[in-house]
Amino acid sequence: MAKIIVITSGKGGVGKTTTSASVSTGLAKRGHKTVVIDFDVGLRNLDLIMNCERRVVYDFVNVINEEATLNQALIKDKHVDDLFILPASQTRDKDALTQQGVERVLNELAERFEYIICDSPAGIEHGAQMALYYADEAIIVTNPEVSSVRDSDRILGILQSKSRRAEMGLDPVKEHLLLSRYNPARAETGEMLCVEDVKDILAIKLLGVIPESQTVLSASNQGVPVILDEVSDAGQAYQDAVDRLLGEEREHRFLEVEKKGFFKRMFRG
Amino acid sequence: MSFLDYFKTKKTNTASIAKERLQIIVAHERTKRDQPDYLPQLQQEILDVIRKYVPIDQDQVQVQLDNNGNCSVLELNVTLPD
Repeated sequence: MAKIIVITSGKGGVGKTTTSASVSTGLAKRGHKTVVIDFDVGLRNLDLIMNCERRVVYDFVNVINEEATLNQALIKDKHVDDLFILPASQTRDKDALTQQGVERVLNELAERFEYIICDSPAGIEHGAQMALYYADEAIIVTNPEVSSVRDSDRILGILQSKSRRAEMGLDPVKEHLLLSRYNPARAETGEMLCVEDVKDILAIKLLGVIPESQTVLSASNQGVPVILDEVSDAGQAYQDAVDRLLGEEREHRFLEVEKKGFFKRMFRG
Repeated sequence: MSFLDYFKTKKTNTASIAKERLQIIVAHERTKRDQPDYLPQLQQEILDVIRKYVPIDQDQVQVQLDNNGNCSVLELNVTLPD
């Protein structure tokens, strides 16, 4: 039975697509057959982050409209085996994703894959609701900042009332908090909400904390999911998060400021 | 942090302000979220009925729904002018 995981946040620009790329790559790297779907119809970007933008021929909406088969639309990832990408359409028709169409495609994918990762668009409109509707689990990407935390809580409310699991009275969608763009130094001086603050407010289980890192931008510049940068702290934090998603125990890292020596503190930044 | 930064005034703890504001707004929005969609319209219609007889303002009618297990209580608070 395939597991459907939605990557969502409400607010835009917090790292949903970065997380979708890294989590799906991490799952596939650990040998799980994985597909990642871009639900951001009209604003396709997952293809760019995963460096397959020039190989897109057919997309998610073509498959829903039966203009192409899944095999024609799925793009095999170049970095890891066992990973496929289903790109979003660039159509401006927002209602191109029909509930029945999405269900049919997900059912077909469920026969072939262990994990289906749904990269949600920002907002709480149709596209975002379609992305989370069939989810078994949800990763809520949140930045330590007031508007992001509030929007995350809003999305949690929608997961708890408008998802298929909520409507059918099944076990609720399993919620995971992924705190991204975390700056331990600023959290320590009280300039930024700390991990515990966000956990207290949202009251869901912490999947991981991704430190703010320059490697995230350089990874997206190159179209390589940051999880593959194994020396970077952000890459390692994503690896830990994927391990936790698979049920393994991992201690949270990169939550505290790296201690610098006396000279480094006085003379360098 | 460079040498000169040690002489700057300490920054105020804005994170605690953020946390406090978030706790209040999130709690407020959660109580609203659990209410059925018809509640605002119900409140408006009750207001209209009362206004037929007594002139009152929008905020003088409070409608709240509390769920206690398998029983829901609709609480209606009307403040009438003297």
